[in-house]
Parts: sequence; C-alpha cells; structure tokens
Amino acid sequence: MSGASTLFEKIWHAHRVHTSADGDHLIYVDRNLIHEGPFYAFDGLRRAGRSVRRPRQTVAFPDHYVPTVGRERGVEAIVDADMRRMVEQLASNTAAAGIPHFGIDDRRQGIMHVAAPELGFITPGMTVTGSDSHTATHGAFGAFASGIGASQVEHVMATQTLWWQAQPRTLCVWLDGTLAPGVTAKDMALTVIATLGVSGGAGYVIEYAGSAVRALDMEGRMTLCNMSIEAGARSGMVGPDETTFAYLRDKPYAPPAAQRAQAEAVWRGFATDPGARFDREVRIDASAIAPMVTWGTRPEEALPITGRAPDPARAEAAARERLQGALAYMGLAPGQALEGLPVDRVFIGSCTNGRLQDLRAAAAVARGRRAVVPSIVVPGSRTVKAAAEAEGLHEVFLAAGFEWRDAGCSMCVASNGDSVPAGERCASTTNRNFAGRQGRGSRTHLMSPAMAAAAAITGRLTDVRTVGL
Amino acid sequence: MEPIGVVDGVAIPYLHDDVDTDRLIPIRFLRRPLADGYGRFLLADERFDAAGAERREIVFNQPAYRDGTILLSGHNFGCGSAREGAVYAVRDYGIRVVIAAGYSDIFRMNCCWNGVLPVVLPIEAIAQLVAQVEAAPGARIRVDLPAQQVHGPDGKAYSFDIALPVKQRLMAGLDQIAGTQQLQAQIDAFERAHYARMPWVMNREA
Repeated sequence: MSGASTLFEKIWHAHRVHTSADGDHLIYVDRNLIHEGPFYAFDGLRRAGRSVRRPRQTVAFPDHYVPTVGRERGVEAIVDADMRRMVEQLASNTAAAGIPHFGIDDRRQGIMHVAAPELGFITPGMTVTGSDSHTATHGAFGAFASGIGASQVEHVMATQTLWWQAQPRTLCVWLDGTLAPGVTAKDMALTVIATLGVSGGAGYVIEYAGSAVRALDMEGRMTLCNMSIEAGARSGMVGPDETTFAYLRDKPYAPPAAQRAQAEAVWRGFATDPGARFDREVRIDASAIAPMVTWGTRPEEALPITGRAPDPARAEAAARERLQGALAYMGLAPGQALEGLPVDRVFIGSCTNGRLQDLRAAAAVARGRRAVVPSIVVPGSRTVKAAAEAEGLHEVFLAAGFEWRDAGCSMCVASNGDSVPAGERCASTTNRNFAGRQGRGSRTHLMSPAMAAAAAITGRLTDVRTVGL
Repeated sequence: MEPIGVVDGVAIPYLHDDVDTDRLIPIRFLRRPLADGYGRFLLADERFDAAGAERREIVFNQPAYRDGTILLSGHNFGCGSAREGAVYAVRDYGIRVVIAAGYSDIFRMNCCWNGVLPVVLPIEAIAQLVAQVEAAPGARIRVDLPAQQVHGPDGKAYSFDIALPVKQRLMAGLDQIAGTQQLQAQIDAFERAHYARMPWVMNREA
C-alpha cells in the first residue's frame, strides 16, 4: 500500500483474504468471543455436520445468565431451568468443539468484554468478532472489533472468516484537553454519543484520538470503545502505545517472552500514519466535559448533571412526540432539573464500567458514607472481584450498605433475573437506557461509577463534584 | 433460508425511529429454544399488557394487519444489541420485508442471513406509504427484489438499492458457509502467511 493509512485501513488490508467480483470482502478473523446467546450457531454447525475450524481462536464465557449470588453452589444456584440450560449448553458445546471455556465455577469467569482482555486474548492489529454488540470494547487494544449475530458467529466458527459488503468508512473523534476532576471515560463516551447521535456512526469505524484519549489507561479506553455501538458504529478503536504494551506484558494469552520483541515491532506498525485521511473528523474539547447523565430512552439523550430535561414545546415539531413519549416513560416533567431527582436503586457494574478502576472510583465516593437506596456492586469479572477484595474495596462497599456480588452482566440487561421493577428509577453505570432494558417498565439513567455511588448515598441524581471526591 | 423474490402482502404501519432489539424481543424470551416459535415474542411488551392480554390499540393486534408480511418503520431500525433473536422474531411472525429509513448495521446483516429483506427508502416515501396504508387498513404493498422496486397501494413505484451479493443470497436462499468453503485453499494460504507474520494469533493453551 502506498501513502498514509489509518489504523483501521492497515488492519483491514492485513486481513483481507479475498474480494469477490461483485465487491464482497472476505476478512480473516483472529479472535472470536462468545457467551450463552448464540447457541443457535452450534445447533447450525451440528445440523450441517461442520466443525469449528480454529477452536483456540474463540473463547467462551457465561455472562448473561449466571447468577450474581450463591455462586459457591455453581450451576445449582440457577433456579430457572431455561437459564440453567443456557449456561450448561455453552459448557457442553464448547467442550465438544475444543473451545476454551471459562465457566461459572472458573476463577477467570466474567463478562466476556471484561474477562477476555484480562487473559491477553486480544492484541493490537487483530480482527475480533463477538456475539455481542459491545465487542467494540476490544478496539481499545488497537484492534478492529465488531459485534455479530449468531449466523455470522456460525460462519466465523466454521471458516475463521467473515464477509463484509463494503469497507467501513473511517471517522476520527478527537478528544483533546485534560479531563476535569470527577469526569471519566464514561462521561467522554456519553458526550461522544450525544454529539454524534445514536445513528451518527452508522457505516463507520471510529478511531478515538487526542491527548485525553492518550491519557486514559486501558480500562478507560475499553469504556470509551465499548459504547461505540451506542452511536451506531460497528467498531471503535484506539491506536496502541506503551500503555497497551505494558497492559499485555503479564497476560497469559499474550505473546510469550520469546515472541515479545517481534510482537511489539508488529504492533507499533498498527498506528494511523501522520497525514492519513479520515472520511470524517469530529473534534470535542475534553476539558469542557462535565459529569454526564442520560434523561431519556436513547443513549444520545445525555446531558451534564447540571442540565434540565428538554421541553417538547420548545423543540421542533418533528421531535415533539418522541420527546413527550420519552419524558412520560421516564416520569419527568418538561424542563425538570436532573440534579436532585430521586432514584429508587443503584447498579454499579457491566462491560462498560465493571472494571477495577470503576470500582475504585465508586468506593472513593462511598467510603465512610451510607447508601440510602438499594445499591448493588457487580464486578465485571471474578478477577476484578478478587483484585478489589485484595485492596479492601468490598469492605468499603459493605460498610456503606451496598451489596457486593459475583461477576456477570446482571442488571445491565436483566437476563439473569437481576432486574429493576416497573416504574422504578435506577442510577446505572451501564450502556443502554432503552425502555424496558433493565426490566419491563424500568427507568434507567446512565452515568459513571462515581456518579452512581453519589446517587446511592444521597438517593438522588447528584453532581459528584458536590459530595467530595 | 427461504428465497425471496416478489413479496405482495399486507403492510403493517409502525412508523417509529430507533426501534431497538430489546423492544423487538425482550431478552427474557431469548433463553427459549427456537422451536418455541419466536414470532409470538415479537414486540411482546407492546403487543401484550403485563397480564398477557392483547392491547387493542397496537397496530399488530388489529384485524386488518394480522396477516401482514411487510413492516414499515422509521430511522435506525433494529439498533442496540446484536441478538439475532430479534430477526428470528420478525421472520417467525411472518414478516418477509422491512421497509425502513435506515438500520443498525448488525440488524441489517442479521436480516440478510435469515431471509428477511431490509429495504431502505427515504423517510418521505415511507410516510406516503404509511398514510395510504392507514387510510385503507389491510392495503397491500408489492416488493419486487429482482427489480429492486416497491409498489405502493396506489401503484406508485419506489426504487431501492441493495448490495449485489446480498441480493443474490436472498434470492437464492444460499448457505453462505458452503460458498465460503469453496475458497478454502485461499483461506489456508492466507492463514499460513498470517501466522508467519503474527504467530501469536494461533493462541496457546490457557
């Protein structure tokens, strides 16, 4: 290839196996991640008498249907027969195929987007697919990572490739400046989504660049990339650097010492060249970002905590009905201030914000205080849980009246039964505020872990900057 | 996968933007075997009240639209989760064609793997179709995939674009894995060179 290229273009060209006469691209898949959801894919392989071509390039974690309490009893802790079958059939399907599986009893189990990076499974320059829309998380390592449906998972497992009808376009989101105190990667992500809109990234791969992105640790980069899908993008990525290489250095699946020098030399090549052109660029002043909270039922409906819900009467006619519907669902009056809004419960966890730094940030707010509404903390993985306990964070949460649970998707998506009752308002560190997402009739406000902890101790949506950090 | 050619059917007007997959099929149904029939779970929390009774005001529950095979919707249809169960629900309900102003990329791909044709038309054209259908509930729309045209109840034709490989696959109902495996030698050769460049891709035992 001649000329300056973007990171995405380099990965794309390094993985293109074939382009058909009518413009279909066959792309090699380095890594595939699965949870309980795509059991249909194994059924399909069985029906056709096909096998998994490269089983060690896939990993599996039960995360959607595992309980967050009673885990010492393993699968026996699952009361619902259908949920239990989901967890058990992932174990049996992966065992039959030879796919590494980190099951309900494994100390490395967790949400796949939290636990797979902890293994060093994803490294720079890779193509990654996953049976989950938040697979873009792994773009934090300088990889091209996309969520796919079960049929495509089946295709990947059978062939280790995936067809793309068109090469995605490139969008660079520049975030320059120093984050203010109390502002986190989650606030950056919500600001990006509010700027682009929920479909503004459709057809694009986003590269996050700029000094505020460079300053993020790997966990913050994962949080930022994780929510790319909430702007409609198939993928989000951050160019790899010393932060990336240092993270990977002691991980079990990362290249062994003997391959280290070769790997880092290859990885350094996966960076956007100076002068490379993006199809679109957006610039956001990161120093101006405030702690964010969503008010509505789409992730783009996010505002600084000091903001007010919109007034449909002042909106353009085309948007009025939709705004009225969102306000009614959320139980908000037009123009109502977000700060001070009473919440019924708090959830801290998920593939967006269930990592160690997230728990540290929440614990810093909770320390020495008392939650006044039911509040649960669900570490993103058992590795995170063990690390948090090693530094005493669980004691901080328990002393503050939070529940300290075991790893899984839990109340982000309510598929294991951890749900928000109808009509209740939840301050949540998750990624989607869709109507019914956390349970039928649930009302979700998305925010950072520190903001959620602040809501727990006041019982209201609270500007974390006012409670002391 | 059942091939699609021309679909002439009752159109269901469901003109909303950002219809997400949690809405299309609430996740509590996704642990059920596919044989249970996902069509009855489509938009379950809108079609049924908390007690499980049909809500009359929902267009899907009105007699004129019961046998609808074409769904009319707005921008960014199928956004959110990658769950393919959302498409299984659409397909099993009996819908063969969705006509929307845009889709999430993942949902659009999932449609193409499951014999559901995702047509994109400008929102103005969809608004015209919805107006005609609402004026005469049960009115039919004709979608001609070979000709890439939608014919409204009034006979007006709208052209749509679709990637050629997707069109061919939908019309033939092809098993794509078998097609890809015909390129096996090429995949093997690529993989050998790729493993030489990045040997850690092979992955070790944990």
